[in-house]
Parts: sequence; C-alpha cells; structure tokens
Amino acid sequence: MKQLLILGAGTAGTMVANRLNHLLDSDEWKITIVDQHETHYYQPGFLFIPFGMYSKNDVMKPKRDFIPAGVEMIMSPIELIEPEHNRVRIQKDGRYLNYDFLVIATGTGTRPEETPGLAEHEWYNSIYDFYTIEGALALAKHLRTWQGGRLALNIVDTPIKCPVAPLEFIMLADWFFYEQGIRDRVDLTLVTPLPGAFTKPVASKHLGNILEQKGIKVVPEFLIEHVDPDAKKLVSYDEKEIEYDLLVTVPLNKGSDVIARSEMGNELNYIPVDKHTFLSPKYPNIFVLGDAADVPTSKAGSVAHFAVDCFSENFLRYIDGLEMLPTFDGHANCFIESGFGKGLLIDFNYDVEPLPGRYPLPGVGPFKLLQESEMNHWGKMMFRWMYWNILLKGQELPLPARMSMAGKWK
Amino acid sequence: MATRVIAGKTVQVNDEGFLTEPGEWTREIGQVLAQEEGVGELTDAHWKVIDFCRQDAKDSGKAPTLRRITGAAGVSTKDMFKLFPKGPAKKVARISGLGKPEGCV
Ligand SMILES: Cc1cc2nc3c(=O)[nH]c(=O)nc-3n(C[C@H](O)[C@H](O)[C@H](O)COP(=O)(O)OP(=O)(O)OC[C@H]3O[C@@H](n4cnc5c(N)ncnc54)[C@H](O)[C@@H]3O)c2cc1C
Repeated sequence: MKQLLILGAGTAGTMVANRLNHLLDSDEWKITIVDQHETHYYQPGFLFIPFGMYSKNDVMKPKRDFIPAGVEMIMSPIELIEPEHNRVRIQKDGRYLNYDFLVIATGTGTRPEETPGLAEHEWYNSIYDFYTIEGALALAKHLRTWQGGRLALNIVDTPIKCPVAPLEFIMLADWFFYEQGIRDRVDLTLVTPLPGAFTKPVASKHLGNILEQKGIKVVPEFLIEHVDPDAKKLVSYDEKEIEYDLLVTVPLNKGSDVIARSEMGNELNYIPVDKHTFLSPKYPNIFVLGDAADVPTSKAGSVAHFAVDCFSENFLRYIDGLEMLPTFDGHANCFIESGFGKGLLIDFNYDVEPLPGRYPLPGVGPFKLLQESEMNHWGKMMFRWMYWNILLKGQELPLPARMSMAGKWK
Repeated sequence: MATRVIAGKTVQVNDEGFLTEPGEWTREIGQVLAQEEGVGELTDAHWKVIDFCRQDAKDSGKAPTLRRITGAAGVSTKDMFKLFPKGPAKKVARISGLGKPEGCV
C-alpha cells in the first residue's frame, strides 16, 4: 500500500482528500488526513457576522462530515515535518506518520501579537478583527450599540488571505451604518500598505472609485509600526499617524508554525513550490496546496478549488511516471460584496489582472466583472451553499479551472 | 517591451519603469534611478541593501519583499523607511534593476 498523507483539513485539504479518494485505487492507496480542530469554519462567512447577516451556526460544521469514509482522519496538532525521513510527527501519542507522498494544506492565520499595541488591553474593547470567529462575533456585539465615530480599517501587511475582504467589510459597514441611521456620524477610512484600494491596477482604480462614491477614505502606503491603544492612533514606520475611535484590523497573516519549526518556509512561513504544479522544488514527493503555498496569486478558497482541479489530474500523471503539465495558471475568481444588496466579481490569473466584462458566458454573464450588480450579490450568497455542498466534497463546478479571456475587455 | 537610455546605456523597461533584465543593470543606472525615486545620493547604507537585494534576487529569481530584506539583511524596517522613503521594497527593487516584489496579490 502506498501512503498519501494530507496535513490540514481546511478548504484545500478537504477538497483534495475527496478528489483523490475518488480517483486513486483504494487497493493500492491509503489516504490519511490530520487536523488539530474538529470544526470546519466557512471563513468567507466571517465577513457577514459583524453586521448581523450571518450567525455562528451559519459558518460552522464538523470537519468529519466532509471527510469520505475511505480516508483515515486523525485529530491532532502536527508537530514536525521531517522531509528527509518521509515522516511527520504529531502530538497525539507522539506518533510518527510515514508517507510516500505528502500534501501540505495547513493554511494561513492572523498574528495580532506581531504588531505592538494591537492585541493588548484594548483588544476586543476598541480594537477588533473579523478574520477569526472570535473576532467577528465580538465585533458584531460591539457594533450593535456603537454610536458612531471614526472607524479605521487597517491592513497590517500583505499578502493576506482574501485580499478583497477588507474592501467588502468597509463597503458593508457603509451600508450597515446607513441602515442604522447613523452613517452621517461615522467616518470610514481604509488604511492600507498598498498604493491603492487593491493590488492590481485596473481593479484598484475601479474599486477606488466605488469607495470614493460611498464616501470612504483611503489612506495608501501606510505600513503600520505600532498602535497606541490609549491615545487610539495608528503609527506608521515613517511616523505618520491616524486617529480612530474604533479600529478594525486585518493582522499580519502567517503560515502555520509547524512550517517554521520544520524549516520549510519563507519569512512568513509560506512554502516555495512550482507555481504551475505545486510541487516542492526541494522534495519530489511534497506538494503544497491552498494558502500555505508561496505562489503569486490570491490566497482564496476559489484559488484552492481551481488548484485542486489541476493538481489532482497532474498527480495521477506523476504517480504513473509522466511529466506533470504546467496547468495551474493562478486563476482566482472572487465575488466582492459592496453593500445595498449588490456585489462585484473579479476574475484573474498570474498574467492577466482583473478586467471588466461578463462571466462565465462571454457577453452574457449573468455575472458582471468589475461592476456592481444585484446578480453578483446573489452569486456571493449562493457561494456558501456551493461551498458546503459541492466544493468541499470535491465535486466539480461547471466552470473551467483555467482563466479565459473571452468576455473580458481592456 | 519599451527601452530607455539610462546613464548612457539602453535597457529594457516595463510600463512601470522597472528594468526587466537584471543583467542590464549597472551601478550608475542604480544611482540615476535613485534620483528619480527621490532617494538622492546613494550612501554605503543604501548600497548594502541594494547589494543584498541583487544577490537575493539572483538566488531566488524574484525581488525580495520588505520582510525578507529586514529579516535577512540586518537592517530595521524603520531604517528602510529612512533610506528609501514611502514604499521601501518597491523603491529598492526598482533602483536595483529588479522586478516589482511579488508580496502584494
Ligand atoms: C474573512 C474572510 C473572508 C474570506 N472570503 C473569501 C471569499 O469570499 N472567497 C474565497 O474564495 N475565499 C475567501 N476567504 C479565504 C478562504 O477562506 C481561504 O483561502 C481558504 O480557506 C484556504 O484554505 P486552506 O485549506 O489553505 O486553509 P484553511 O482552510 O485555513 O485550513 C488550514 C487547516 O490546517 C489546520 N492546521 C494548521 N496548522 C496545523 C497544525 N500545526 N496541526 C494541525 N492542523 C493544523 C487548521 O486547523 C486548518 O483546519 C476568506 C477568508 C477570510 C478569513
């Protein structure tokens, strides 16, 4: 029996376990997946919790429900990867798990403690995050009674998972405070280390214009050095200051500590891999999928989905001794909720930045790229159902994994 | 791809003015680009960072991010902002004749 070991049963790990369980011969292959937590969170849903649109129950389900019967699941923290010995040490009983092939899908997470002043005495008093379930719930409670003031949304550093989520948050906030009847008493500012609203130029301009129309300020090129939680201000490395009454932070995102302990990652614990095949350049039996990989595309569930599509087919070639094909093109496809029942959609890859147009059918849609529409909002809301019922189970979507230029214009 | 003459040498540049062939870069070009970026006369402290970035890019195939520079070149983020004000990683990459750092996607 050959052993395939998957580390992390989040979005990418769960999808790949389902897909390969289906594709690999169970007489020849044993698949094992390890994770430390019992609960699978639908992370895109965290965005809606602060505004009372989703509750906790909407975003959580047991991980085990999504792991197919033929796959062994072990609940334990992973302690160390030993690629030289083809084995992984887990905390439970100090066990070693041997593998023939390893897929690392340990994701990325927030590290508020890496910015001085952030996760101290004002944490969850006047400073919140919404990238964790705890933060999203605490912020929901705070916003219910908040009377208005200066709300600053700060991105500490890039890359972050779902780079559009901060934009969505601030546009939803605009809508939420309008509905509460206090929009005129709220000052909304996006404070970002990027030169504009988003990473890619055309989208940045479109999105920047939308923010401006909504009366949301953008402070670009602000790299935070520390927060002064008592004076309630953000201070940048070049000594600029921004005052706030309520700070919503997207803390530094960093890959799992096990990657650092195993000395496999870069300075943010992301693991270098070939950007078209996800194969480690160092170890010919290790692949990295999802947010844990150091590849120049967005860290997003949709990317993980397209990646798993490409990877699974390539993996079958690889174990049969064939060359892998450079199939993954960095394809990302993200709905951007913009408030007032509308949304946008962006579709891009390594080489082509997000452009306006129609998706998935050229000229028809029904989704509009880089423009607000109600249909896009419904796409976003339907995504949760698709996530639980189609994506995680490794079923295919009727969408091509590779990006298409048809229907886009420059 | 567009070309440009910098410090008497014809080099290839992209639409954001980054050199696309690190091999075409010279120290004189670095000095001219530093003026354009508002960094002024390059000192030893600047060169230490530039030399590190050139070497690192040679090894890894891409321009280092700010975090990579501060972690591996022994210079603090604060000093980086003093040396290359505003966007230090992007500025130093352009002055060093490297592509734009990929940190931001
Ligand atoms: C607020 C928010 C909004 C988002 N919105 C969108 C969106 O609209 N569209 C979209 O496509 N994506 C969105 N995303 C991003 C998406 O959720 C992630 O990109 C996706 O979940 C990544 O999957 P992954 O498998 O790489 O990591 P994860 O799903 O995070 O899974 C990693 C798993 O590894 C486990 N693990 C890590 N280290 C260890 C260890 N040492 N031992 C044991 N287990 C370990 C963790 O417990 C976890 O279960 C959003 C994310 C956030 C936070």
